[in-house]
Amino acid sequence: MPPTPANPSGGDVLLRFENVGLRFDEVPALEAISFDLRAGETRVVLGAAGSGKTTLLKTAIGLLKPDSGNVFLFGEEITCLKENQMFELRSQVGVLFQEGGLFDSITVADNVAYPLVNRRTHEAPAEVDAKVVDALRFVELEHTLEQLPSELSGGMRRRVGIARAVVSEPPLVLYDSPTAGLDPITANTIMALIAKERDFKNTANLIVTQRYQDGQLMANFRYNRNSGRLEPVSQNGARGDGSNPTRTIFMVMKEGRMVFEGAQAQLEASRDEYISKFVPKHS
Amino acid sequence: MLDFLKSPIAALQDFYILTGRALRNLFRGPHYVDDIALQMDTIGVGSLPIVVLTGFFSGLVITMQMSRALSQYGAVGEVGQIVALTLVRELGPVLTALLVAGRNASGIASELGSMKVTEQIDAMRALGTDPIQKLVTPRMIATAVMLPMLTIVADFVGMVGGFIIAYFTLGLTSSQYWTNAYQSLEYNDIVQGLLKPFVFAFIISLVGCFYGLRTSGGTQGVGLATTKAVVVASVWVFVITSLLTRIFVNLH
Repeated sequence: MPPTPANPSGGDVLLRFENVGLRFDEVPALEAISFDLRAGETRVVLGAAGSGKTTLLKTAIGLLKPDSGNVFLFGEEITCLKENQMFELRSQVGVLFQEGGLFDSITVADNVAYPLVNRRTHEAPAEVDAKVVDALRFVELEHTLEQLPSELSGGMRRRVGIARAVVSEPPLVLYDSPTAGLDPITANTIMALIAKERDFKNTANLIVTQRYQDGQLMANFRYNRNSGRLEPVSQNGARGDGSNPTRTIFMVMKEGRMVFEGAQAQLEASRDEYISKFVPKHS
Repeated sequence: MLDFLKSPIAALQDFYILTGRALRNLFRGPHYVDDIALQMDTIGVGSLPIVVLTGFFSGLVITMQMSRALSQYGAVGEVGQIVALTLVRELGPVLTALLVAGRNASGIASELGSMKVTEQIDAMRALGTDPIQKLVTPRMIATAVMLPMLTIVADFVGMVGGFIIAYFTLGLTSSQYWTNAYQSLEYNDIVQGLLKPFVFAFIISLVGCFYGLRTSGGTQGVGLATTKAVVVASVWVFVITSLLTRIFVNLH
């Protein structure tokens, strides 16, 4: 395994996988996965379909239980926790599911309010409403409040999914294939929103994707509050100094194993046939 | 060697676990009262028209069929008793349960199945809600409350159907029919007539939820889950009515 990239500011470990393995009917879905996700870090998991990316993400919040190894979420070992003991921990993690995972029997506003209402923190309804509108404004969909998810397009549903994932301002957000099945323009909008969320709230992210461009965007662009748009982190495009200002780390999965972990420069320099398939030749 | 038994036994075990959890949730919060009310409306009020229709026509045909047999013994006047006993003891509960199984076990399985394949169940768990508490228990409570009520409605409408035939074609008077029907019913009949739908309700709702939550493999899986839920729930309705009838006939 290549050396872990320099981690200048360190930070708390929010999510730790220790030698995690999981099998479905004797077929290994995850094998010996170990990594740390620290506060303020973004990890981009690349891999072909069926390489265990979604399984990894579901294991991270205890939706699936590993057969071996340990998963620590916010320093707590979740492998041995019961379902109802995990609810409190999970409520501190935002999750965007592959197709958005919105509840299609309730309105967009109720969907986004769900994490707030469900925690039973007894927030005043007016406060909840304000947060819901804020979250929807963040994804530029504040006009869809009373619509049902089925009335929205695929890209809009995913944006609502992002709003729901971040409405409770979790320190850690997991994204499952946020751009799968979307046209390049919509995909870019979604990734820009994810980068915006990262740079606004300084959240840690675990992004599972098949598209290298998604990770490339996360690694090299920052959201500028003043101009309201994404801007490249280094003007001259010099990345060769090994600095990693967005603290983006790439991981590549193949058949349940992690075959690469490192910064973008290392990923692009890789000679491995499988890994280099994810990186466009010209870059 | 006994590998072929593995999957049905595992499924039965999963079903017991689901049943256990759903029942345990009755005694601990949070209770989703809104969902219970909503399900009562879909399962109870929604099934009312079809239950009324079926109850009415079964009363009608029982009376027509029985009147011929009874006339051989000159006992046409006893037709009210036959209709009341068959409906209250057996046909009311079983027909209503089969209709609700066809209508609601399938509805539950397809709704939960679609939620499963579109990751809404996972999303629910990720957002800190127990899907069994939020989805299964309300459906179970709603069915357990509504199915006995639907059965009472079906029994009554069936007797009205019987009355129409008795009055208009058999020439019985209104008091002849109703007194005969009313007096034939004993405490035992009412108890088994209400206990059966109560037990069926758990089978129907839990089987629907069970197959819904086990759905895998996209939209095709949803169809498969729906079919299985209806077939399995209907078969269990027959098995359980036989067992319960056996017990109550012995008690008598």
